[in-house]
Amino acid sequence: MKKYEIKLDRRNFLKSSTLLGISSVAPGVFFQELAHARDLDKPASSKIRWGMLIDTNQCTEDCDACVTACDEEHGIEDFGRPSTDTQWIRKLNLTDEFSGKSYNLPMMCQHCENPPCVDVCPTGASFIRADGIVLVNPHTCIGCRYCMMACPYKARSFVHENLENQVPHSPRGKGCVESCNLCVHKIDNGENNTACAEACQKDGHQAILFGNLNDPESEISKQLHKYGGKEIRSDLDLNTAVRYRGI
Amino acid sequence: MNLVRYKSIEFDKKILFHVIIILIMFAMSLFAFTTLEHEGHWLTGMNNQVVWGVPHVFAIFLIVAASGILNIASISSVFGISAYKPLSRLSALLAIGLLVGGLMILVMDLGRPDRLIVAMTTFNFKSIFAWNIFLYIGFIFVVVIYLWMMFEGRYNKHVSKVGMFAYAWRIILTTGTGSIFGFLVAKEAYDSALLAPLFIAMSLLFGTAIFIKTLYFLRIYFDVKTGEIIFKRLRKLLLYFILAVFYFTVLFHLTNLYATTHHDYEFFLLFSGEIYTYLFWIGQILLGTFLPLFLITSNKINSTWHSLLLASLLVIIGGFIQLYVIIISGQAFPLDMFPGYIESSTFSDGIVAEYTPSIYEFMLGLGGIAIASLIFILGILSLEFIPDSLEDEYLQN
Repeated sequence: MKKYEIKLDRRNFLKSSTLLGISSVAPGVFFQELAHARDLDKPASSKIRWGMLIDTNQCTEDCDACVTACDEEHGIEDFGRPSTDTQWIRKLNLTDEFSGKSYNLPMMCQHCENPPCVDVCPTGASFIRADGIVLVNPHTCIGCRYCMMACPYKARSFVHENLENQVPHSPRGKGCVESCNLCVHKIDNGENNTACAEACQKDGHQAILFGNLNDPESEISKQLHKYGGKEIRSDLDLNTAVRYRGI
Repeated sequence: MNLVRYKSIEFDKKILFHVIIILIMFAMSLFAFTTLEHEGHWLTGMNNQVVWGVPHVFAIFLIVAASGILNIASISSVFGISAYKPLSRLSALLAIGLLVGGLMILVMDLGRPDRLIVAMTTFNFKSIFAWNIFLYIGFIFVVVIYLWMMFEGRYNKHVSKVGMFAYAWRIILTTGTGSIFGFLVAKEAYDSALLAPLFIAMSLLFGTAIFIKTLYFLRIYFDVKTGEIIFKRLRKLLLYFILAVFYFTVLFHLTNLYATTHHDYEFFLLFSGEIYTYLFWIGQILLGTFLPLFLITSNKINSTWHSLLLASLLVIIGGFIQLYVIIISGQAFPLDMFPGYIESSTFSDGIVAEYTPSIYEFMLGLGGIAIASLIFILGILSLEFIPDSLEDEYLQN
């Protein structure tokens, strides 16, 4: 039997241990860099503020790709009861009373900097994350619906039904209030886009642009700087993270 | 002046009959509660537009009435009008019962009532709702001490101090309840500091009406004799509070009518709101305000307990309708997110939201009334709450 002799001198030891070190650390560093995923042990950073710019000129009346994508992403079922069915995002049609011109736009949680839903929530289940995402903690929501009374955009839904087939990344619960969470699971995974924005881009409308409002080099900041972005109900001074163009 | 004596009552068939009715009502509410807990709130008429419905009307009615009914005790111990002193114990007992009943409805209607412990231990102090949890529970605590001071001869001297504290507490409590709506800046129908004093006036009115109704039946069932003094005083009290609520109601709507931004809602409520318009004019204004005013002030019919009872019942019905109009119409009326645009969507944007209360909601509400009544009956069975006589020679005018 052939006997393998391992010659372990100092040079070989250093060479092999360096190679081993690089080969074990490099993929992690590489993939981490590739994905820009947030380290989930660390809190969200206030250096980032996620937001959306919606170009109503690109949004068409017959398209509801954003709504369908949101429902699929978060496992939102239709029970055939429109008044109680959950809607995280909806298509709004507007007609100018003066000119008669029509507009279409998606409406969802506007992720206010000063959210009324967070102010009124008795248990603090409604909260705003450091990166500007307004969320509901489904463990401490008692289902009082005061946040729904307070929301100026009717962006929240109460879960009126028993839920089945939930998706693991978007836990929901009967008797709790919920709303658009800006696809926070995708942000934390480093995908940095939302299901609605992806669907809109895929359909070729480019009406929804998602990005970091605090980064002057981001596409959303550049477009906001160039075209501006209207805040819905700006009279309430809520400083929303979702802005609209073309209305 | 003779000294007023108090009595407790014996358990008899009459009481048994009432207890059975109360237990049936309570069982109905438990059935509604467990069904909604199991199936979800889609069984109610409430939806994603009208998120607070009939259970909240019942609950808020009972809570504001609880605060107002304690006014009977306050008149004696805070304002020193001793004619009301024999009624103070009853007033405090009813206050506790009504508040517990109202709170129970609110809890039973929660989406996650199993998390009550979260609501009691995790607070966001910017929320008026969180403050109200303290105000409501504190109220029960304060009234229990108030009652203790009234019952315990050695502590009678502290009644006025505790009464003053309870008086301040309940004014703050009702301000807090009104502010649940008053602080909702986004909704056209609310967003007014006037809702707080309106709710205070409503609490005084509903509380007085429920007290008169209770006293009427105590007279019949337990032979509590009443004289002219207490009758005239209660009648006058009811009159003043009807006028106070009417005053704040008119002021609230005049303020809205002055501001162009609120014209749409006012037009909706006063003229075009169908069910809400009918309820406002026929229920709140005609049945709940003008008719009782007529019954109280008309020279021909104002002199009997029957007319006073009828006026009180009308006030209670009108008050319930008033709260229904405030709570439901304010939510049903569409939000104006885009002034100058006509809005439409799959989520009732731009249209009046539909709401038809379901039987489950009424059942939850009845549960609150059942608990309030049960507390009252247990109270009068076990302790001396009922004055033996309210005849003039027992009362200092």
